[in-house]
Amino acid sequence: MKICYSIFTTYEQEMIKIRNRSAFLLLLPGVLAILLFLFFPVIQIALPTFAGHFGLSNYITFLQSHYNQGVLIRTLIIAFITMIITLTLGLPLSVWIARQRSTVRNLLSVVILFPILTNAVVRNFTWIIILGKNGVLNTLLLKLNFIDQPLTLLYSDMAIVIGSVYLFLPIMVTSLVSSVQELNVEVEEAAAILGSRPLVTFFKVMIPQLTTGILTGCILVFAGAMTAYTTPQLLGGNRHLVMSTLIYQQAMTLGDWSSASVVAIILIILTVLVLGMMRLVAKQLDRRSVND
Amino acid sequence: MIKTNNKVLITISCVVLFFLIAPLFMIVVTAFGSGATIDFPIQGFTFKWFANVFAQPDFVSGFEMSFLVAILASALALLVGVPLVYALTHYHIHHQQWFQVLFLSPTFIPEIVIGFALYQAMVILFQLPLLVTLLVGHFLLCLPYVVRLITASMTMLDVHVEEAAWIYGSSRIHAFLTITLPSIRSSIVAAFMLSFINSFNNIPISLFLNGPNLNMLPTSILNYLQNNYDPTVSAVSVLLMLFTAMLMILVEHFIGLNALSKDRS
Repeated sequence: MKICYSIFTTYEQEMIKIRNRSAFLLLLPGVLAILLFLFFPVIQIALPTFAGHFGLSNYITFLQSHYNQGVLIRTLIIAFITMIITLTLGLPLSVWIARQRSTVRNLLSVVILFPILTNAVVRNFTWIIILGKNGVLNTLLLKLNFIDQPLTLLYSDMAIVIGSVYLFLPIMVTSLVSSVQELNVEVEEAAAILGSRPLVTFFKVMIPQLTTGILTGCILVFAGAMTAYTTPQLLGGNRHLVMSTLIYQQAMTLGDWSSASVVAIILIILTVLVLGMMRLVAKQLDRRSVND
Repeated sequence: MIKTNNKVLITISCVVLFFLIAPLFMIVVTAFGSGATIDFPIQGFTFKWFANVFAQPDFVSGFEMSFLVAILASALALLVGVPLVYALTHYHIHHQQWFQVLFLSPTFIPEIVIGFALYQAMVILFQLPLLVTLLVGHFLLCLPYVVRLITASMTMLDVHVEEAAWIYGSSRIHAFLTITLPSIRSSIVAAFMLSFINSFNNIPISLFLNGPNLNMLPTSILNYLQNNYDPTVSAVSVLLMLFTAMLMILVEHFIGLNALSKDRS
């Protein structure tokens, strides 16, 4: 009996060893790739920026400049406004799409998916045509005699916001549609029977149930708009820099690679904070729904 | 229940849908205008801008390079990603959550920073060729898509089917290739397609990794736009939209477009 037992355990141990070894081999290429191609390069640009007094002098110098403060604040404000507008426009559309018959819904999903899969240059280029000095909007307004001379719409913060909303609205909608589809319509019917008008039902019954979807969408859009390069580059011009265009300008136009690294590290920290918040919120909400 | 025939809802939805579609439709129209700059509405009708697209060496070579890099990077991401997801879902691994975060970590680094950091580490420090670095960057972009989509379908699998094959004498690799792999086929296709299109469309990663003989299509268009404002860009946009539409039809035909929307981070 004892012998059998010991044979069994050595067999078992052997199996565990084999399993551990194969798990190790399967994970190795991925781990190495991430460490070598992502962590190493990022650490390599990060380390030199932490030189000097307390290691933060580069960052203090960066943040003391009014110009840089302006860029940082512009980046955050543009991302925030983009998030609010995409949510406001996306929420009604998502409810409408999610409640359609499945054939119509699938068709509308294609309409939403197509822009997501279309190149960002194309989607920003269209706003150059619309907002440009001799663009579609100015031509229209001139013809209707609303204005005497063309407005400067392109190369402004507003143009970046419009472009970002256009870019990220489909992402917000996809995130919201799936959450609206999970709603139990009987709750809304109950609200209606008890005399709640549609608008009240929308704000007091539906939105509270959609918190997870709304937060996920908002954080994805905020992080995306904050780090996007193409839109501020094409629609903002040289005078309306955001963090990502500042990195490129510092490195390629001014040749100041160490300043570019400082901006890059600040942008990483902001992204990690924002996306980390999403994981935290998701976990909190999961726990709450389990407790309920 | 808020119904789809609610008038306020219909009005808002239609306006927002118009906002999403009309600008793309407008590009299509401007691509056929005969004026030297972009007009809307157009004055005359011509195909010459499409011919001009193919007369731009940067666009043609850029398309080839973007296509090549997108295919290679997606394949590489699958080659590395599928085994590691298999390990994460089939073996008891200590700190499994940390590994998940590790493999999704490229999403936490802004794309422009990935390009910037790779340029400094790989091109300047290690003197690696630009093309290799570009491939590495696009691989990092693709890996999270693969990890998310394959994890979702791998956790749904019944591991007992594979175990049954082992008991009947099939080797691990044979069982994986003939049983596990075919049953996650559609998510592999979905992961490949999403990786491909995101790599093909990507600008920020490629931005720092351009060279004299190395142009990606989106960055070539970006450069062209800095100096020109003619309907050539509209024409190339139309071609890109056709390309997207073609890929969507392919996906719909083989696995259904819903497979692409399953990717939720």
